[in-house]
Amino acid sequence: MLEYTEKIREISQKLLKDSKVDMVIGFRKGTVPMMNEPTFIRNANEVGQLIWDSNCGINLANYLTGRKEKIGIVAKGCDSRNIVVHLVENKVNRDNLHIIGVPCKGMIDRRKIGVIYGEEILNVVEDGEKIVVEGDGDEKVYDKKDVLQENCAICIHRNPVIYDELVADLVEEQKDVDRYEDVRKIESMPPDEKWAYFEGLLKNCIRCYACRNACPLCYCPTCFVDESRPQWVGKSIDPVDTRTFHFLRAYHCAGRCTDCGACERVCPVGINVRAFTKKLEKDVKELYDWEIGLDPNVRPPLDVYKTQDPEDFIK
Amino acid sequence: MKVLKITKEDLAKGLDTLNKSFRLIGPVKDKDEEFHNFEELGQGELPDFNFRNTRLSPKSIVYPQSEKMFEYTLDSNDPEHDILIEVKKEPSPQVVVGIRPCDAKAFSLVKLNFDTPEYKDPYWLRRFEATTLLGLACHNPCSSCFCASAGSGPFNTESLDMLLVEEQGGYLAQVLTKKGEELAHTAGWTDEAGSDAQKQIDTMKEAAEKRIKSQISTDNLKNKLDMEIYEEPYWEDVSFSCINCGTCTYLCPTCWCFDVQDETCGNCGIRMRNWDSCMYPLFSLHGSGHNPRGEKLHRVRQRFMHKLKYYVDKYDSGIQCVGCGRCVNHCPVNIDIRRVCELMNRSEVCPVTTE
Ligand code: SF4
Ligand code: SF4
Ligand code: SF4
Ligand code: SF4
Repeated sequence: MLEYTEKIREISQKLLKDSKVDMVIGFRKGTVPMMNEPTFIRNANEVGQLIWDSNCGINLANYLTGRKEKIGIVAKGCDSRNIVVHLVENKVNRDNLHIIGVPCKGMIDRRKIGVIYGEEILNVVEDGEKIVVEGDGDEKVYDKKDVLQENCAICIHRNPVIYDELVADLVEEQKDVDRYEDVRKIESMPPDEKWAYFEGLLKNCIRCYACRNACPLCYCPTCFVDESRPQWVGKSIDPVDTRTFHFLRAYHCAGRCTDCGACERVCPVGINVRAFTKKLEKDVKELYDWEIGLDPNVRPPLDVYKTQDPEDFIK
Repeated sequence: MKVLKITKEDLAKGLDTLNKSFRLIGPVKDKDEEFHNFEELGQGELPDFNFRNTRLSPKSIVYPQSEKMFEYTLDSNDPEHDILIEVKKEPSPQVVVGIRPCDAKAFSLVKLNFDTPEYKDPYWLRRFEATTLLGLACHNPCSSCFCASAGSGPFNTESLDMLLVEEQGGYLAQVLTKKGEELAHTAGWTDEAGSDAQKQIDTMKEAAEKRIKSQISTDNLKNKLDMEIYEEPYWEDVSFSCINCGTCTYLCPTCWCFDVQDETCGNCGIRMRNWDSCMYPLFSLHGSGHNPRGEKLHRVRQRFMHKLKYYVDKYDSGIQCVGCGRCVNHCPVNIDIRRVCELMNRSEVCPVTTE
C-alpha cells in the first residue's frame, strides 16, 4: 500500500501546487488501530499527511455533498460509484472534481478482526496479502481475504469507474461472485422467523444515525426522522420507530445504494445495516437489471418512467 | 475504611442473596456481538468480569435513553382532560456490579448538572439514590484509557460504594460508604482482610496506574479565555471528518443532554424525555428556523468546548470527561478527544526576543 500512498501524495502535491484544486480530500493515519480519518489538505506542503491502506472504508463521496470548491478526491471503487450517483443527482459538479482513482483491494473489517483476535489489539500491520495483528495476546497473522469487510468480499467494482488519474494499474475484478446469498436466506424464511430475524438485528440500535450520516445518499436537508412539523417518526427507542427508520431509509436508498458498506462500518453496536439495503439492491437488479453508479449519463430506473417498466409487482 | 476478603464463591453466593432484594445489573457479553453491556442479571446469572469497557456506558441505568414523565388525555369528557399527570415511579433499589471506576466517577460529574442548588432533577436523583455502585478495579487498562489524567484512575473510588480488587482466588473489597456497608452486610460478606490489605491494594493501584499509556494535559484549559479557544483556526480541521452521528455523546458516560417530546396516540398521550446530542443539527434548531449551530464545525466545537472548557469554568472543576476511551474507539471517523484536548490546551508561547 506504500506505493499507493506515495502516488496519492505526489498527485495531490502537484494538483495543489498548480492550483488545479483548492483542496484534496483523502485519509490521514488514525490514532487507534485499523482506523483512518477522512481529512482535507489545502497546502501542498502538507500532503505528507495523506495515506492509503486497508482502513480507508469510509466513503469519501459523503464529503463532497454541497461543497463548492474545486476538489481533488481520493476515490476507491465504491467512492467513485457514489460520485457518479452525486453527479446523476446534481449534488456535485464534475468540472469541480479531480478524481484520484484508487484501484481497491478491499478494506479490512475491524470488528471481525477484533472478534477473532479476542484480546485487545494494539497494532495492525499490513504485509501484502497478510494482516499482522499485535496486541495483548500472541502476534497473529491473517490472510487479508479472510478478514475483509463483508461488502468488499463480494465487491465486483473495485476499480474506480470514473477518474482523472489513477494511483496504480487497475486491479483484477472479482469474478463469479454470488452477491445475494444472504438476502436469499432471509427471503426464504417463514414470516415469523423473518420477523424474529429483524427484531434481533435491530435490538441494539441506539438510533444514533451513524449509518445514515456516513451514507453519501443520505443528504436530505431534513431527514424524515428529524422532521418535526409535523413529526413523522417517534423519537424514543420504541422498536416500532426504530424499524420505521431502518425500513424507510432503505427504501430511500433503493436503486441508489452502491453497497460501499460505510453504514455497517460506522455502526457503534455492529448492526448489519446492509441487510436492508441489499434486498432492495437485489430487487432493482432483478426487476430492472440495474446497477447503480456506473455511468453518469444514464438516469436510474426509479427516477424515470419507461413504458416497458415491469409492473407485475404492483398488486 | 474496612477492607473485606471475598472469595469467588462468596461473591457468587452474595450476589445470589442480593438478587432477592435488589435489581442486579452487571456486564454481560452480548450473544451476537463482540462487546459487553450492562444488563439486568437474572436469578443465578453472574456478571462476566472478563470485559474491557462496556460498549455503552452504564449511564442509562440511572438515566434511561427514553423516559416517560407525564401522561395526559385529550378526551374532553375526562375530568383530567388536558392535565399533565406525573407518571408514578418508585425506582427499585438496584446494584451495579462490576462498574469500572471511570464510569462510576462519571456519575459524580453528571450530578453537578442534575443536582444543583436551584434545580434538582427528580428522575435522575431518585434513581441515583436507589443505586449502589459495586465497582471493579482495572488491573489492565486498555491502551485508549486515559482516566488517570482525566481526574479518575483505574482504582478511583469516587461515587463508588464498594470497590472490588481482584487478587489470587478472589477479591479484596474496600467498603467505602454506608450503602456499601449495608450491601456487604446483606450479601453476607463479613470476612475482614488482614492488616496489610490496604497496602496490597495500594501496590496494585500503583502498578495499574503505571500501565496507563495514554494521557492528556488539561493544565492550561482554565486559564485560557473562551474566545481564544473558540476562534482557533484548527476547528475546521478537527471537525472536517465528523458525520454528526452522535455516537460519541450516546456512548459517553458524562453526556447528559436530553430533549422533551410529546407522543399522542388517539386521545392518550405521554410526555417523555429522550437523550439528545449536541452533534445533531436539530438540537439547536430554533422555532424560527434559525440555527445558531447550523454548521458541523459549530457542533463539534460545542462538544469539545463544553467538555473541556465551559464545564471546567462553570463548575470550577476538572473536565467533563473521565477518560473511558469510548468516543476514541467508536467515533466512526476517528475524531480523538485526546488530540483535540492537546490542541485546546497548548499554550502558544510568544517568542521572546533577547538582545
Ligand atoms: S466495496 Fe469494493 S471498492 Fe469499495 S472498499 Fe470494498 S472492495 Fe473496495
Ligand atoms: S449506526 Fe447502528 S446504532 Fe446507530 S442508528 Fe444506525 S443501526 Fe442504529
Ligand atoms: S462520533 Fe465522531 S463522527 Fe460521530 S458525532 Fe461524534 S465526533 Fe462526529
Ligand atoms: S468524552 Fe469520550 S473518553 Fe471522555 S468520558 Fe466521554 S466517551 Fe469517555
